[in-house]
Amino acid sequence: MQAKALATSRAISSARVRPDRRRIATAVLFLLPAFVIYSLLVLFPVVQAAYYGFYKWNGLGPATDNVGWDNFNRVLHDSNFQTALRHNVLILVLSLLVQLPLALSLALIVGRQMRGRAVFRTIFFLPYVLSEVVAGVVWRFLYQPDSGLNQLIGNVYADWRPRSWLGDTNLVMYSLFVVITWKYIGFHIILYMAGLQNIPRELEEAAALDGAGPLRVIRDVTIPLLGPTVRLSAFLSVLGSLQFFDVIWVMTTGGPVGASETMATYMYRFGFQRFQLGYGAAVSLVIFLLCLAFALPYQRLVMRRDYEYSGTA
Amino acid sequence: MAETVMTESTQRASPIGTVMRYAVCIIMSIFVLVPILTAVTGGFKERGQLMAHPFAIPNPVRFGNYSDILQMGTFWRQLSNSLLVTASTTLLVLGVGSSAAFVFARMQFRGRDWIATYFIFGLLFPTTIAILPLYILIRRLGLIDSLWGIILPQVAFQLPIAILILRTFFTSIPKEIEDAAYVDGASPFEFFTRILLPLARPGLSAVAVLTVVVSWNNYFLPLVVLNSSQKYTLPLGVMQFTGQYGADWSMILAFITLAMVPAVAFYLIAERQIITGLTTGAVKG
Repeated sequence: MQAKALATSRAISSARVRPDRRRIATAVLFLLPAFVIYSLLVLFPVVQAAYYGFYKWNGLGPATDNVGWDNFNRVLHDSNFQTALRHNVLILVLSLLVQLPLALSLALIVGRQMRGRAVFRTIFFLPYVLSEVVAGVVWRFLYQPDSGLNQLIGNVYADWRPRSWLGDTNLVMYSLFVVITWKYIGFHIILYMAGLQNIPRELEEAAALDGAGPLRVIRDVTIPLLGPTVRLSAFLSVLGSLQFFDVIWVMTTGGPVGASETMATYMYRFGFQRFQLGYGAAVSLVIFLLCLAFALPYQRLVMRRDYEYSGTA
Repeated sequence: MAETVMTESTQRASPIGTVMRYAVCIIMSIFVLVPILTAVTGGFKERGQLMAHPFAIPNPVRFGNYSDILQMGTFWRQLSNSLLVTASTTLLVLGVGSSAAFVFARMQFRGRDWIATYFIFGLLFPTTIAILPLYILIRRLGLIDSLWGIILPQVAFQLPIAILILRTFFTSIPKEIEDAAYVDGASPFEFFTRILLPLARPGLSAVAVLTVVVSWNNYFLPLVVLNSSQKYTLPLGVMQFTGQYGADWSMILAFITLAMVPAVAFYLIAERQIITGLTTGAVKG
């Protein structure tokens, strides 16, 4: 498509060395594989999802039964979907209120020059490298009613009644959140540790010279300077929370009785288990629009300053 | 000199503070390591011992679980499927992604930046959203229950971030080097393979480790695409094994441990690249 492109002044200057037509042929050749794979397997399915969302379709034969906005109406009014959305929001809120502050504190505690810093960094990040399946199954063992955590607590408190960590509808989301924190907190710690390295130490030293205590320095100098990292970490955390699937599917498949259903497990259930592909596509579109409704304004309003800063710095 | 003293005093206020800081880090390390160590040691226990003393050191140490699994064809088959998928995905992402990034970084033509934006737009779409129509497409291409049905979509979804990272690296290489190469009679292809790629090695390794980890751990796509257990990759294999062995947790934990070994080994060998790769990779969108 760029074969007819006009050479810019800069290309003309290199055209002394290479004939222009050959350069364009090279560009096309170099771009083509990426263009085909990406268009076919990423963009085309996304567009298709938007299309199928308007059909009642079981995935066999062509989709012909156009039902207009019915699927979307059904998604938004289904109480099971609303519950699933609430679970996503719960993970989101817990991540922002518990996981991120914990990660930030740990990064600040490790700081820049603590002895053993590298060892702690290696340990904290380790779960992030493991697969969700491995993490999920190991924690399923720890959550066994008759062993694991129950036993550990039972050894300390003699009259502990074993909990069904994953079987209790009031407990299951919090049990899952512990696993999610275990799996992902290392990533946020690393982000904050990297952010800390970029803060000029002189600023903290100057504040300390002016008589600010260590906590005051952290509150009034370090954390504000970490702003871009905090905003990025929150951004990734929110998007991740809206799309949770793997850990939950491995541990509870959304149960018991939907007590840990998320939007993504809901989508999988309808799309792949009940073969309501049109409806499933509508669900995935709703998830996408929710992510977009968060991501675009957030980037415009909250993270814009960070890009400008990094652009001028 | 005075400055270093000052830094020391702001960083660690008192011996008690230092002890507290180490205490917090050690507690966190225990939280992180206990589940992993429980799995590793659990594999060395027999079932009764595991359920009665899940966190104790194995006594007696039993190698039976591990040796049983290592003698199963299934484990090795799943391991080689995973290796094949991950290696193919990574090589394709590097090849296809770097040649596209080369065009965006080093060639000038009208509409170039629009095409680049078209690719980077893809960062907005996680697999979760496209999975249903993707499944239909894979079925139409006849790739259901084929490892290519995982490799190709993985490559496609990894391309935007790969192009974004590599373009930055390629752009940072001075124009003079390029001019010199062309004056010496190099073709664009020669400049790309002989000069640009070797100079951009940190970028390539960041993309490679990011892709390796994403592909190795991928669960959703294989779950949807693969039907027959002959084709299973390790994450699916772990789920299948967990289903088959039900309550025999010492076998399950042994299997999990063996499935963890490649990832942990890779992490310990390439820690720095992995951390850079995964944190750069996350800074998308």
